[in-house]
Amino acid sequence: MISIGIDVGSVAAKAVAYDGQKVIANAILPTGWSPKKTGERLLNQIMKELNITRNDISSIVGTGYGRVSLPFIDKKVTEITCHGKGAHYMDPDIRVVIDIGGQDSKVIKLNDNGTVGDFLMNDKCAAGTGRFLQVMANALEIDVSDLSKLASDVEPANINSMCTVFAESEVVSLIAEGTSKEAIASGLLHSVCNKTYSLVSKLGVENKVFFSGGVSKNKKLVDLLSNKLGVDIISSDEAQFLGAIGAAIIGY
Amino acid sequence: MRPKVMEEVEGLRGVNSVKIKEAHEEGKKVVGMYCVFSPQEIALAADAISVTLCGTAQAPIEDAEKELPRNLCPLIKSSYGFAITDKCPYFYFSDVLLAETTCDGKKKMYELMSKIKPMHVMNLPQTAQGDEALNIWKNEMVNFKEFLEEKFEVEITDEKLTDAIKLMNKERIAMKKLHKLNAHKPAPLTGMDMMLAQWLKGFNVDKEAGIEIIERLISETEENIKKGIFAFDETAPRILLTGCPIGSGSEKTLRILEESGASVVALENCTGYKGLDVLVDETKDPITALSEKYLSTPCSCMTNNNSRLDLIKRLADEYEVDGVVDLTWQACHTYNIESFTVRNFVKDELNLPFLQVETDYSDSDAGQIKVRVEAFLETIGSTVTA
Ligand code: SF4
Ligand code: SF4
Repeated sequence: MISIGIDVGSVAAKAVAYDGQKVIANAILPTGWSPKKTGERLLNQIMKELNITRNDISSIVGTGYGRVSLPFIDKKVTEITCHGKGAHYMDPDIRVVIDIGGQDSKVIKLNDNGTVGDFLMNDKCAAGTGRFLQVMANALEIDVSDLSKLASDVEPANINSMCTVFAESEVVSLIAEGTSKEAIASGLLHSVCNKTYSLVSKLGVENKVFFSGGVSKNKKLVDLLSNKLGVDIISSDEAQFLGAIGAAIIGY
Repeated sequence: MRPKVMEEVEGLRGVNSVKIKEAHEEGKKVVGMYCVFSPQEIALAADAISVTLCGTAQAPIEDAEKELPRNLCPLIKSSYGFAITDKCPYFYFSDVLLAETTCDGKKKMYELMSKIKPMHVMNLPQTAQGDEALNIWKNEMVNFKEFLEEKFEVEITDEKLTDAIKLMNKERIAMKKLHKLNAHKPAPLTGMDMMLAQWLKGFNVDKEAGIEIIERLISETEENIKKGIFAFDETAPRILLTGCPIGSGSEKTLRILEESGASVVALENCTGYKGLDVLVDETKDPITALSEKYLSTPCSCMTNNNSRLDLIKRLADEYEVDGVVDLTWQACHTYNIESFTVRNFVKDELNLPFLQVETDYSDSDAGQIKVRVEAFLETIGSTVTA
């Protein structure tokens, strides 16, 4: 039998199929205006790829913020539990998952068996999230994907505010004072690193740490964080499917 | 199934707002109070009515923010908002107010509020330990007593105090018995109904009548237990809710917990069990007995506040809880800081899952809280089955 996991996030919707051993197919689409339609399209895409019908599917589990709008699922599970299970599938030694997306950041601590031991979320403000970096990149008039490159090997400028609004004006004054973009970019990554560090420290750091979410694509930040935490941080392109993988495993 | 008497309990809101008006018109005095440290007995012994004015609604906060900082605890803003907008009949009919120097926010807000109505402030010691603290507090009891005697031109005799102590103990015993019904597995009452019943007692103009309704609620619920009628089934995760006070209008987190399938079986907060745990000793001299009882309140304004941990432990055992949720209001420093201690205690000593929810009275973060709560309940589910 095959189980399907569907993770409908605020930006992208992802689905995977799982056969009890491994992930055998995946699909990704922009969430768009109708999570329900997008979910159905993902499901059809996967069934087509595997050449199977609904009768071959033992269960469909939904997760992500859009999980409530999927009428065809058998069960819905929060992204926290699913992320945990997904990370455990990738590497059973993972004990901490850091997920920093566009709007929020979360840290999940895992038990040996992949169940969630504890978690923290920061979702009330943009501090330390992708949104923060986006706004700052705009202020620097660069693309957010260039932050990492720009920041390498320079002394960071000091940026004290974590609040997006105040940090933006700090950046603007730094530019006015003639501070280099490189130093500002580095300062910004340090500041996100420190914010994440304090969130992770609240739960306690343990090897191995997995870093997911859009912000994990920033290589410089990953380096900074792994130095600061004193552990290896694993990141993978498959990370965006973590929630969907977890959902599929839970359903199996 | 919900006990039928709950409708009567809910009806108390309307009944009491009429009764308070009538009592005022008959010349009865009303003392408005804000806190579980407030010795209601002294007001009752002055032949006055005591009512709880603690603000639990979002509505008056906007007005309060014209004068108070925005990043202040919603309970303080709501309480002040009610005071300056005359939206609360209980505040309106209060002749005098009783305040305590609990947290900094309240203390400074009271300075502003005291311009609206006559107010007596009791100087609460910052620790419950030692004779010195108790002596200060005893003195404060006497000061409050004398304040009321002068304001209301009455004499508060020991006999009257003793009667008031007996009446309030009777209420505590009834409320405690009600609370303990949910130690049954599965719980016969929802946490929401328990909260309502406990919270509404603060408005009872006629204490005896209020106790009588609660006793009937207890009987009906006991019958339900016998018949096997419960609010949740056996599988619902049992939650102990601790932290800042809640009430009708600020029940968001409690509601989300129960909507997500949890059974909130114990309320450790000031709305629930905190004030009921210790009775006033009826054998001692009334002022000493009152001082001892009220000083023992395990509130985060006290340093240290280890007795809160003891209470959490006792309730967690007795109510066989599966997890602890600590609700803290934004900008409440004492509870927010203490949450770290509570987290460690719950995880390391009690070996139970723990979740802190820091929020305010608005509904803006209801979606995020729901995700957290559901994930937390999934954690409990997985440890239960694993
Ligand atoms: S939490 Fe503390 S300050 Fe607040 S009502 Fe309770 S005892 Fe009073
Ligand atoms: S909840 Fe905290 S900040 Fe608010 S009144 Fe109570 S102790 Fe003070």
